[in-house]
Amino acid sequence: MVIENKIKISYREALKQGIREVLRNDDRVFLMGEDVGHYGGAFAVSKGLLQEFGEGRIMDVPLSESGFVGAGIGAAIAGMKPVVEIMTVNFSLLAMDQIVNNAATLSHMSGGQINVPVVIRMGCGIGRQLAAQHSHSWESFYAHIPGLIVLSAGTHEDARYLLPAAMKSPDPVIIFEYTSMLNMENEVLNNPAGVDISKAKIRREGKDISIITYGTGVYKSMEAAEELASMGIDAEVIDLRVLRPLDEATFLASVSKTHRALIVEDAWRSVSISSEISARISEKVFYELDAPVKRLCGIEVPIPYPAHLEDSSIPQKKDIVNEVQKILNP
Amino acid sequence: MIEFVMPSLGADMADGTLVEWLKKPGDQVKRGDIIATVETQKGLIDIEVFDEGTIEKLMIAEDTKVPVGTLMALINPEKTIEPQKAIPVVAEEPVIQPTEEKAIPPFVTEHIQVKASPLAKKIAAENNIDLSQIMGSGENGAITRKDIEGAIEQGKLVQEKERSSIVAEPIKEQNISNTLRSAVAAAMSRSNREIPHYFLEKKIDLEKALAWMHEKNKVLPVQKRLLPVALLIKAVASSLKQVPELNAIWDTDLQLKTEINIGFVVSLRNGGIIVPAIHAADLKSVDEIMENLNDIIPRARALRLRSSELSDSTVTITSIGDGGADLVYGIIYPPQVAIIGFGSISEQAFAENGLLGVRPMVRVSLAGDHRASDGLSGSRFLVTLNNHLQNPEAL
Repeated sequence: MVIENKIKISYREALKQGIREVLRNDDRVFLMGEDVGHYGGAFAVSKGLLQEFGEGRIMDVPLSESGFVGAGIGAAIAGMKPVVEIMTVNFSLLAMDQIVNNAATLSHMSGGQINVPVVIRMGCGIGRQLAAQHSHSWESFYAHIPGLIVLSAGTHEDARYLLPAAMKSPDPVIIFEYTSMLNMENEVLNNPAGVDISKAKIRREGKDISIITYGTGVYKSMEAAEELASMGIDAEVIDLRVLRPLDEATFLASVSKTHRALIVEDAWRSVSISSEISARISEKVFYELDAPVKRLCGIEVPIPYPAHLEDSSIPQKKDIVNEVQKILNP
Repeated sequence: MIEFVMPSLGADMADGTLVEWLKKPGDQVKRGDIIATVETQKGLIDIEVFDEGTIEKLMIAEDTKVPVGTLMALINPEKTIEPQKAIPVVAEEPVIQPTEEKAIPPFVTEHIQVKASPLAKKIAAENNIDLSQIMGSGENGAITRKDIEGAIEQGKLVQEKERSSIVAEPIKEQNISNTLRSAVAAAMSRSNREIPHYFLEKKIDLEKALAWMHEKNKVLPVQKRLLPVALLIKAVASSLKQVPELNAIWDTDLQLKTEINIGFVVSLRNGGIIVPAIHAADLKSVDEIMENLNDIIPRARALRLRSSELSDSTVTITSIGDGGADLVYGIIYPPQVAIIGFGSISEQAFAENGLLGVRPMVRVSLAGDHRASDGLSGSRFLVTLNNHLQNPEAL
């Protein structure tokens, strides 16, 4: 459906369009991952791409994360532009040695002679009742590593445009995509200029409080902000989008304007992205704060299987609304 | 060697100025002796010593302002009560040093914690606003930007009012009442900020108590005659023995006090209040309490109290007195956990045993710290107080 310059598409379709664009634009680009070819992707993101681009560019790989991620890194060093799909972040631990010890370090260890322009996409977060081992939110593991660029696609726009922007990076990029959002439909602006992956994005402007979030927190925070607006509270919503290196200028300026901050994420609270944001706010704009920085994070348990417990293990819209009200009217 | 330090004469005292040493090196001191005069926000206070020995050294020069807890003198506990050996005064040159060099960290820092957001503090500093005077509306009573902006707005209004009316008062008097005012303000703001008060009230028939007092007064010389307030203080002290959780302080948790030292609110002529303590009121007779009041109230009004009288209270009584308001709801003096308020005694219609009579009644209020006790304790206290006042001869 086309409305002026916007199209309404699913998050899954937005991801596919991004992959198709980078495959079309550069012959050196290829997609590799478990079941990405004949099966069409574990989440049907790459369905039809094998037929469109052929086996040379859409490559099924064995169930061996360390092996195929290593192969992708090698191909990048050798001059190719691989897009490596790890089915979910849960399995990426097996490839972590390749990512942390090879992809992230080689540019530094070679004195800048060897670049690793690999892009690694991972499904992330709670799916739909997939239980603890398939529901992790581990953005913070990768955001900890110097040498990586870590992106989080919290909106359809970013699902569509982060990958083309990432392909221009000479350094390894990790993109987190959110399994729970795949079927969600939303409008995407046709944006040939792409998005800026060095900047956080202010998704909604406001003056009373800064809600700082990423990934699945973005839409929940936007909906909460709409409800808060009906109560006369004007919330600003910041989508961090780039988790490493953090665009702190954007959220620090926002907090300096609103004087209050709430950080929202599905991931566990301890040693998380939200801890980092909170620390930087205290370090750099302490004297602008009019209330303690608050966080809404995932409950620190392995994610439960039953749907109602799964829902209550992560912050929901109503939690955000409640917390903001408490901060503004204690 | 015993260290004698600047005492804290209440939660609101941060420092004091040594006005005069009343002892010199070589002088023997014993518990209760007055060693120095110190000027605080509450006037000139005679500072007592609580140890025995000989003054070894005076560490602070007169007219020096030092924080609470600063070392002021050294007392040698060995050299006591040997009058035959004359102490060589010459060898005991007083060593008086400026306090800055003797920077001993105060071990009792009782300053008022003001909770305010960093932004609020910044704006307050820019506008010369005293945070201790502001009620916070933020989390746990923290002061926020909104509160400061409100205070700035109010300050402008007050300034305009002051400009329109000419105030001509002696400067010195104004100074004393200003510092006293700000001490009261700080203590009461802290109380309102930190203490969740609950309030109870009971009407008490004083007929028996006053009749007993009049009988007693008939045989007493004029200067020893009793006033109702002495009776009320004694009854409160006796009741506190039965409800000890109100005779306590709150310092992160409830700390019961064994001594019952009743702080009695004395109003000053130029405004402000001062609260001297009546020590061990439960152990004193009504006559002794009256004697104590006759001594302490004029000294309080002259701002000449002893340090122990200012700092030792474990509970407070505020009494409106003759012809005043019917009832007073007190604000607790931190870190205490209760204040008892007596309205003025007046004749009221009173029903008892199906008959109506006219009785001298007093309305008694209790404000309790809800962190420390509950309404049930408070109610028990008021009932006990009533029982005591119905049996005055047993007091």
